Amino acid sequence: MKTTPHLRRFGITGRGLVVALPYLWLLLFFVVPFVIVLKISFSDIDLAIPPYKPLLEWIGKYSLAIKLNFNNYVFLFTDSLYLNAMLNSVKVAFISTLLCLLIGYPMAYGIARSKPSTRNILLLLVILPFWTSLLLRVYAWIGLLKANGVINNLLIWSGAIHEPLTMLYTPFAMYVGIVYSYLPFMILPLYANLEKMDWTLLEAAEDLGCRPYQAFYKITLPLSRNGMLAGSMLVFIPAVGEFVIPALLGGPNALMIGRVLWDEFFSNRAWPVASAVAILLLVILVPFMMWYQSVQARESAGAR
Amino acid sequence: MNYRRSYFIVTCIAFGFAFLYVPILSMVVFSFNASKLVTVWDSANSPTLKWYYSLLHNEEILDAAWISLKVAVINASGSVILGTLAGFGLGRFTKFRGRFMLNAMTTAPLVMPEVITGLSLLLLFVALEQTIGWPAGRGITTMTIGHMTFSMAYVTVVVQSRLASFDRALEEAAMDLGARPLKVFFVITLPIILPAILSGWLLAFTLSWDDLVISSFTSGPGSSTLPMVVFSKVRLGVSPEINVLATLTIGVVTLMIVGVSFWMARASRLEKAAA
Repeated sequence: MKTTPHLRRFGITGRGLVVALPYLWLLLFFVVPFVIVLKISFSDIDLAIPPYKPLLEWIGKYSLAIKLNFNNYVFLFTDSLYLNAMLNSVKVAFISTLLCLLIGYPMAYGIARSKPSTRNILLLLVILPFWTSLLLRVYAWIGLLKANGVINNLLIWSGAIHEPLTMLYTPFAMYVGIVYSYLPFMILPLYANLEKMDWTLLEAAEDLGCRPYQAFYKITLPLSRNGMLAGSMLVFIPAVGEFVIPALLGGPNALMIGRVLWDEFFSNRAWPVASAVAILLLVILVPFMMWYQSVQARESAGAR
Repeated sequence: MNYRRSYFIVTCIAFGFAFLYVPILSMVVFSFNASKLVTVWDSANSPTLKWYYSLLHNEEILDAAWISLKVAVINASGSVILGTLAGFGLGRFTKFRGRFMLNAMTTAPLVMPEVITGLSLLLLFVALEQTIGWPAGRGITTMTIGHMTFSMAYVTVVVQSRLASFDRALEEAAMDLGARPLKVFFVITLPIILPAILSGWLLAFTLSWDDLVISSFTSGPGSSTLPMVVFSKVRLGVSPEINVLATLTIGVVTLMIVGVSFWMARASRLEKAAA
């Protein structure tokens, strides 16, 4: 963009002005907050508002003391609750991601290979639940899974069981909820990837004597690698820190780190501990986020 | 290209969609059930609209819905401005200082667990209040800022992908004919990316309307949003009024999505016909 030369001398350009606003916004409300979380994770809990002690303290007139308190982190590694919650969250997120991939891949593949008119309708049907409140969709599973819920009533009515099965407030319910909620996030990037695929490659492989499953294994699967990775990241990363689904479907014993953070913050008012949990969670997730970003960059470079 | 699909794939699609839609349909069906037990069908008195009546007279829910609506509208409008600027910057300026950082900052909120974003925003607001006295307390303003921060990332993605898919020659032609960049943007680029901006607005609205976690961290006393009220009710078990709320939500979303996709399909047909 053209700007008057004297403005440009100060490094102010039209382009700069376009990106400055979102840039500063995200810097202030997305990046700076993490610095504050890091700071508070090193402070002491206090019975005050806000409930933590300042890191910097004036001692006398001219000396400033910085007090870094590592207790919160030591606490996280000594109390087995936190490590167990962390490991369990990673495990639950990982298994859920695999399940989403298993269910989502054939669906994305099928949608990508259907007629354009059918394809649009099917795609719409995948997107629609995503626009409907997550909270309400998770709530729906309470009605389906509870002791006198729809599934138990159907099974008893059909004579398959005589006593209602305990499904709600179990790990099973939590997995169902997570897979159900995150499935569209797996299908959409996979579909976007498979849709661009050159299907004549498959025909060529079959002409050369490949069995359909061999052609799939040797051609489709490797070519859709980026789609699978993008979808898996979109499921895995948020699922590790998921709060709503374990809180509603998982029952009191569902130890997930997002829930631990929530309870430390809201029930115990332990802001420094909650901050330390957040930092630990970030340390685990940031490599995955960077991976996701590089996959995205590769995908869009491939599209051009 | 052939559209051959094996029985295996067709079965997978059928089961997948059943999995996605049975819970949603069950809420719709049971919203007409007279029984307070929700999932036990009271065939003598059902179907009934009595829970619809009681939802529409529930002051707590209506107040919360009003707050949610205000936050969602302001959020969507603000996010669209920020997200379009960011999407335009990333989509059109191939090299500028801070591009990598901006890209990272607009990608990370898409996957960042909400508990982290919520906690960090709250701590920022508390720190700001201590040092500069703003924002005084928390409420609609702080919630809207929080929502905008993650919604704008979604708008950025939508706008950016639309920018990547349209013919740059149109912009270049206008520039060759002497239009200034700002004019090119308003006369050529904006009308073309308008569908993306509109769907970005709707997306930002929905994200805000549905958000529980970030709202819970950044709201103050007396500013409970609809998801916060729903969550506290749902924690105690199923409630017929929530089924009604879900049915109404699904109805509105379906109408909206179907409407917008028809409009977009028509727009793209016109575009193709013109080309």
